Amino acid sequence: MTKEYKTITEIAGPLIFLEKTEPVGYGELVHINLPDGTTKRGQVLDTSADVVAVQVFEGTGGLNEESGVVFSGETIKLPVSKDMLGRILSGAGEPLDGGPRIVPEDRVDVNGASMNPYSRMPPEDFIQTGISTIDGTNTLVRGQKLPIFSGSGLPHNEIALQIARQAKVPGSDEPFAVVFAAMGITNEEAQYFMEDFEKTGALERAVVFLNLADDPAVERIITPRMALTAAEYLAYEHDMHVLVILTDITNYCEALRQMGAAREEVPGRRGYPGYMYTDLASLYERAGVIKGLKGSVTQFSILTMPGDDITHPIPDLSGYITEGQIVVSRELHMKGIYPPINVLPSLSRLMNSGIGEGKTRDDHKAVSDQMYAGYAEGRDLRGLVAIVGKEALSERDQKILEFADLFEDRFVRQGRDEDRSIEDTLQVGWDILSELPVALLTRIDNKYIEKYHPAHKSN
Amino acid sequence: MKGEIYRVAGPVVTIMGIKPKMYDVVHVGHEGLMGEVIRIEGDKATVQVYEDTSGIKPGEPVVNTGMSLSVELGPGLLESIYDGIQRPLKVLQEKMGDFINRGVTANGLDREKLWEFKPTVSSGDSVTGGQTIGVVQETMNVEHKIMVPPTVSGTVEEIKSGKFKVDETICVLADGTEISMMQKWPVRMPRPVEKKFIPKRPLITGQRILDGLFPVAKGGTAAIPGPFGSGKTVTQQQLAKWSDTDIVVYIGCGERGNEMADVLNEFPELQDPKTGRPLMERTVLIANTSNMPVAAREASVYTGITIAEYYRDMGYDVSLMADSSSRWAEAMREISSRLEEMPGEEGYPAYLSARLSEFYERAGAVKSLAAEEGSITVIGAVSPPGGDFSEPVTQNTLRIVKVFWALDAKLAQRRHFPSIDWLTSYSLYTQGLSDWFSENVAPDWVPLRDNAMDLLQQESELQEIVQLVGSDALPEDQQLVLEICRMLREYFLQQNAFHPVDTYCPFDKQYKLLKAISKYSDMAQAALESGIPMKDILSVESKDELAKVKYEEEFDSALNVVMEKMDKEFAALGGN
Repeated sequence: MTKEYKTITEIAGPLIFLEKTEPVGYGELVHINLPDGTTKRGQVLDTSADVVAVQVFEGTGGLNEESGVVFSGETIKLPVSKDMLGRILSGAGEPLDGGPRIVPEDRVDVNGASMNPYSRMPPEDFIQTGISTIDGTNTLVRGQKLPIFSGSGLPHNEIALQIARQAKVPGSDEPFAVVFAAMGITNEEAQYFMEDFEKTGALERAVVFLNLADDPAVERIITPRMALTAAEYLAYEHDMHVLVILTDITNYCEALRQMGAAREEVPGRRGYPGYMYTDLASLYERAGVIKGLKGSVTQFSILTMPGDDITHPIPDLSGYITEGQIVVSRELHMKGIYPPINVLPSLSRLMNSGIGEGKTRDDHKAVSDQMYAGYAEGRDLRGLVAIVGKEALSERDQKILEFADLFEDRFVRQGRDEDRSIEDTLQVGWDILSELPVALLTRIDNKYIEKYHPAHKSN
Repeated sequence: MKGEIYRVAGPVVTIMGIKPKMYDVVHVGHEGLMGEVIRIEGDKATVQVYEDTSGIKPGEPVVNTGMSLSVELGPGLLESIYDGIQRPLKVLQEKMGDFINRGVTANGLDREKLWEFKPTVSSGDSVTGGQTIGVVQETMNVEHKIMVPPTVSGTVEEIKSGKFKVDETICVLADGTEISMMQKWPVRMPRPVEKKFIPKRPLITGQRILDGLFPVAKGGTAAIPGPFGSGKTVTQQQLAKWSDTDIVVYIGCGERGNEMADVLNEFPELQDPKTGRPLMERTVLIANTSNMPVAAREASVYTGITIAEYYRDMGYDVSLMADSSSRWAEAMREISSRLEEMPGEEGYPAYLSARLSEFYERAGAVKSLAAEEGSITVIGAVSPPGGDFSEPVTQNTLRIVKVFWALDAKLAQRRHFPSIDWLTSYSLYTQGLSDWFSENVAPDWVPLRDNAMDLLQQESELQEIVQLVGSDALPEDQQLVLEICRMLREYFLQQNAFHPVDTYCPFDKQYKLLKAISKYSDMAQAALESGIPMKDILSVESKDELAKVKYEEEFDSALNVVMEKMDKEFAALGGN
């Protein structure tokens, strides 16, 4: 029989402290029975022979010293099953769609274990998202974690949805699933996602975890872990390729800070806890491919940078863990360009292993490098033009300036439903590069110029 | 004597009932999780546990091993891939599958494998600490010297020859001391040496900007700080692959799993450019990714450098890469905050600076106890948050290291790789190494390099003017400087790590490339003085052709073709 303790001595924010318990395990799941008959759940944060600290997921509202506390004797586990596909669950894993409870095939610890680096397969399968600025210049591969760094008021949700809709591995029809975890997003945003999922039929192959803005902040700390546990289960037990969309990591970090403050921890940068790096790593690192297994977990998180500041601790620490980032730019958005992805600060660290002959095309890297270089220089020249005027530029510089405009207008800009194949993307690349004199294409091997340059092709 | 757990709070566990020494390794809980004593207070002691503590309860048993955290040193280290506390990842995978669970122990060295031991001393010889008593061919090109542990000396009574396991006795001293091929050494204690030298030989990396402009000496220390996305990891991997050291120790400390997987996959396939054998045969990898336990991350750096010291004592040149020391410092911070210690700057513990300097001080060119000359070159990556070099880890590191390779995200965005900023980087070894360069590369190497540095410096000043008035407004000779600098940047400094030829550039080729650019510069200067218009000088075709010479497999002949053409073109311009 599990014992119910009525020995709460202190309630502070989301934490409760108990005395005179039997030994309780660190990280154990806790049920709290309120005097009004409702039940809340929590987790052990600190346990000693004298006092036990529990963080309560649903908040401590309504709790008093009369409340009974039951320790479950095990850590938090998520019941998992293939039937989770098509279901909408709460941030704590309870069904929200009115459907039956999940009949578990297994129950898995939500904290997961760290993957043995020796068992990891370096990711190298190209995922085509149909968006040129990603496929062409910041290629995503299976098993990668590539977040979108965005700002408030920018169309990151649309980009994420477009990717969820269009993402595929060309020439492959292996089972594919989406796990969507909302952390502290508004009801409206959540509706937007759900509608799109339903409209496109994506919901059938999706598992949705919703922790909305008015749900308790503490719950946000386990929501992504629930989602990743479901994703890992589908990937490694059911051989599916899973795309995990976590939104919004910033809300998650706010919850983490809130917890840290409640625990009276020594704060780190900007009040975020000193272990935020390790904590974020325990989420982001749950992406990858395992040698000998068919499935994979790819992460596409959304993160809104407070004040568009990329050096803020949240994007900064994320950038150190994830394999690159897609940066959404306010400037491009203001110019009316969709998707407003600024390729210069964007990066995909695994790009080189996913592109080239046999994967995308042999000239991919050269084309991408050349466009990057041209665009970077063109943007610098814009600053110069603002001072000296366009006429003062040399002919060469004027060409490059024009290239930067072309790049934004033709390569970056595309329709919300425009699904460009990688060939289309590279073709657009060559089309705009051909506006530059061949002598300026120093990053492209002559053999590619002969093979793909429009001027050569027509000969 | 057995104790029990009093309190569990994440990786920090308080125990009571036993009296351990500081840094003793203890096993906590029913599963026997490994941990290290980091604070003693009355009858309680605080332990940092190297594994996940979920579900561990107060009252569970604690056993003290009485030993501090040690690594096993002996044949079999090379080609191994360890976690932060020297557990072989391959054995962990065999024991528990693709995910790392806890409570599993694994020996650092394989106890079953037989090694052919050839003695180099005979009975009756007197031996002292650090002296070689025999050799084992560990891999095709690395001869592993079996040394007397540093604290042991005496007269050899019996010495064996033949095939043995690492823990079998191969030598007995007169006082009864038994010596096996394996010795243990506590990781937090530097291995003793006879003396340290001032490093005089360069570490040759085959990376033009490093060897050419900012060389590090064998036995020196270097730091690579870089904001994320600036190509730090690639630069470090290039160093691990191409450095001309005998042994490479690579510590992936708190970094990405996929990147580590890439290293683990790629290294075994890489060839050592010197011997043609797999590079793994001279490499030890330590992989502790960011989601592995934080305490093991803290230990991983010490595990790595102790292994490096062991090979150094055999007389080898070792290079050690720590990627990244910021993650290590963060692990210290995390543990310190769990201990509720008074924080120093930005929450880092007050002993951050002391720990960093202790670590870097374990680098050096030395004469070992047995009078062998060896070295450890430490290359530490630093990941300053937000690219802010004024943060404590970067600042404390810069106070210690002699070489600074400043990676710059802006250069990376322009696809200028390696994106090392030539204006803010520095090397304090250039003076000390110039004799070596004059002797081994070319007598005019040092002036060539100084001249290139000088031009690049001028360029940055000129660029400021160009930003205001445009390049056409500059006098012609300054326009020429800009052009030469563009050539220096694009033809010399830029190097493609993924190009089969360009990834490694021998010194001879570096010299010839720089010489070629300098030759163009001289000829252009002369032509300009004799009144040839700038436009004509700039449109010399061979100049643009020089851009691609570095990618040619037949570099010398390709360069000759271009240089001959350049001579002809300048001759055709006339004026001379």
